[in-house]
Amino acid sequence: MVRPVPATTATTSPETANPIRWIRKNLFNTWYNSLLTVAAVAALAALAPRLARWAWHADWAVVSANMTLLLTGTYPRDQLWRLWAALLTVMSLFGLSAGAWRGNPRRWIGAAAVAAMLATTGPFQAPARGWLLGTCAGVAAGFMLGRGLTAWRRALWRRVLVALWVVSVPWIYLLLHGWAGSSWLPRVGPSAWGGLTLTLVLAIVGIVASFPLGILLALGRRSRLPAIRWVCTAYIECVRGVPLISILFMAQVLLPIFLPDYRIEHVVRAMVGITLFSAAYMAENVRGGLQGVPRGQIEAAHALGLNGIQTLALIVLPQALRAVLPAIVGQFISLLKDTSLVAVVGLLELLGIARSVLANPTWLGRQAEVYLFVAMVYFIFSFSMSSASRRLERALGLGER
Amino acid sequence: MAVQLSTGRRGALWRDARVLAVAGQIVFVLAIVLLAALAYANMMRGLERLGLRLQLGFLSLEAGFGISEGIAYNPGDSYGRAFVVGVVNTLRVSVAGIILATVVGLLVGIGRLSSNWLIRFLSTVYVETFRNTPLLLQLIFWYTGVILKLPPVRQSLSVADRVYLNQRGVFLPRPVPSETFALWAWTLVACVAAAAAVYAWRRRVALREDRPGFPFAAAAGVLVAGAAISWFALPSAPLEWQVPVLQGFNFRGGIQLSPEFAALLLGLVLYTGAFIAEVVRGGIQSIPKGQWEAAQSLGLRPGMTMYLVILPQALRIIIPPVTSQYLNLVKNSSLSTAIGFPDMFNIGVTIMNQTGQSLPVFGLIMATYLSFSLVTALIMNWYNRRFRLVER
Repeated sequence: MVRPVPATTATTSPETANPIRWIRKNLFNTWYNSLLTVAAVAALAALAPRLARWAWHADWAVVSANMTLLLTGTYPRDQLWRLWAALLTVMSLFGLSAGAWRGNPRRWIGAAAVAAMLATTGPFQAPARGWLLGTCAGVAAGFMLGRGLTAWRRALWRRVLVALWVVSVPWIYLLLHGWAGSSWLPRVGPSAWGGLTLTLVLAIVGIVASFPLGILLALGRRSRLPAIRWVCTAYIECVRGVPLISILFMAQVLLPIFLPDYRIEHVVRAMVGITLFSAAYMAENVRGGLQGVPRGQIEAAHALGLNGIQTLALIVLPQALRAVLPAIVGQFISLLKDTSLVAVVGLLELLGIARSVLANPTWLGRQAEVYLFVAMVYFIFSFSMSSASRRLERALGLGER
Repeated sequence: MAVQLSTGRRGALWRDARVLAVAGQIVFVLAIVLLAALAYANMMRGLERLGLRLQLGFLSLEAGFGISEGIAYNPGDSYGRAFVVGVVNTLRVSVAGIILATVVGLLVGIGRLSSNWLIRFLSTVYVETFRNTPLLLQLIFWYTGVILKLPPVRQSLSVADRVYLNQRGVFLPRPVPSETFALWAWTLVACVAAAAAVYAWRRRVALREDRPGFPFAAAAGVLVAGAAISWFALPSAPLEWQVPVLQGFNFRGGIQLSPEFAALLLGLVLYTGAFIAEVVRGGIQSIPKGQWEAAQSLGLRPGMTMYLVILPQALRIIIPPVTSQYLNLVKNSSLSTAIGFPDMFNIGVTIMNQTGQSLPVFGLIMATYLSFSLVTALIMNWYNRRFRLVER
């Protein structure tokens, strides 16, 4: 059943050129494999036509008619340009980073070209088409610019890029939120955010805000001082021991009791809950990285005369955080999926808005179509991020030393 | 992480690392206590504004709401009893889920390493699909998109006229002991004793002669053979299947799984199974190639290599992450709130809404989940001590 040596040579050898030999080698090499192949083909032959027939006859109008709602929720329709601008910012930064870290030009420019073609031919309205084309151009231009600038001054430019990413978070939050009394960025409170936008905002706020908190907790858990160690360990283990949904409920119900003098918006309560939850997991990830830093590094830093804080900031953390980058991406992916739980406490993120679309009598009984679409959106995000993380792992050379 | 520089005894007090350490902890604890006191004062004010008082007495009050399934309960029982019903329901779905998810995970994990391209491909598609979409979405999909769309009772889908699927849930045959059951049970006890003896014997042989004695396989063989022979030797089968039959408007007999339970179980099993499959695959792949090659050059067949060389090493790697997947499954069962299965969390929220005692109820819910985690952690620590790699 199991290949003796987990090798990939079986499928990549030159014999693959001969299809019959390939089939014999990969599908009918033993009697039980032949049996399994026949059973699997029979099952597929029974299922596939039904699925195809269903997909053909399904009423996808429910998705296309509610697309804006699913993606942006109740964000004011005349302010949608702000979301587009945020998308443009992020995608351009992705292009710049890919260029700076020697991404594959064929992949990036090609993807931008294909996306641009889809944007031109797809059923989009005029402003959406323009913004999509602009975003594709942003990615391509960013990629070329990133390559050029890296060739010019690599170390400086990469540092600038990291700074740009850091600045982009508050910039996008400002873009989305605006402020009261402004004429060109009027305030759009978090209660008006929804759909995919809210899903992404919750996940990004959760991971960004839990980052410093998680580092502090991880350091606290490794502290020599028992009082600090116990408090941090207790926090981490308690949060990891209970389901996120109970923490979200607690944030909804208990925050107003603990802070009776403030009126906190539902979305902000959810953000607080997600951040507190995520911090415990972040702490465990960071702790794994800290444990991986050899003792000799710390001793060498001391020998050079660095004090405790300098050792931590200049020697230990850079190595530890670099090692846990893939783990943090993994945590971001599961957080992105977990944000769907805020639908249970009544927020209208992607899943919540899908349920409210289905509650509309016009779209009665269209559950399968809507949920499949939502599942596809989640899948695209988390699958692409996990494969990017695998590439990142290889690029950083982790696990090879 | 802080540096410990020994400054000598005569150094200034504020530069002495030990004094600083103690002072730092005192400040930290004071800050935490202050924060807690602030939160407490705020909470009392907040509760007063809501007209609530904190107490646990409400647990003995009459609940007054119905619970659709679980152990014996009626709305006249207390809130405490209602909570216990929820805890039992959580355990029920968790135990069933853990067993089934392990089976799915093992099969798919091995399938991902199969030499059969089609099996490998299908396993990968399954794992990637279920791992990359939210569990809550899957649960809602199974519940509203599949189980509730099943035909009504009278047009039930049936599998071989034994298992029935319809809007009211899933109906399975139930094993019922017959008059020969007692005799068979005693034979089984004897078989267990025999299997234990065989295990001890084979183990001794293995240790004495320094060769694989297959103690576990031999014992399992004795047990299965004994059970099977006595089953067929008895004049009538010791267990009979009570098949659900349509009577009036519903099925009678057999085991009935409610639509909520069925959807929750299906969702949890398929989701957790995908994660367990990845753990199993990673564990097997983490065994260095040299181990396969060494076993092969010693003349072991692939099956024996797996059983004697790879699995014992892989299990040590596989079991800790699988345990944390089990815990995730228990915690994830709280998502049943979205589809209306009365688990502990769902009933807790109902109690909270009725009594307004949010803080004690949350405390109760958290304490129960934490005790599950604690028990698992204790077992895991014991396991790790028992099967620790002996460094040489």
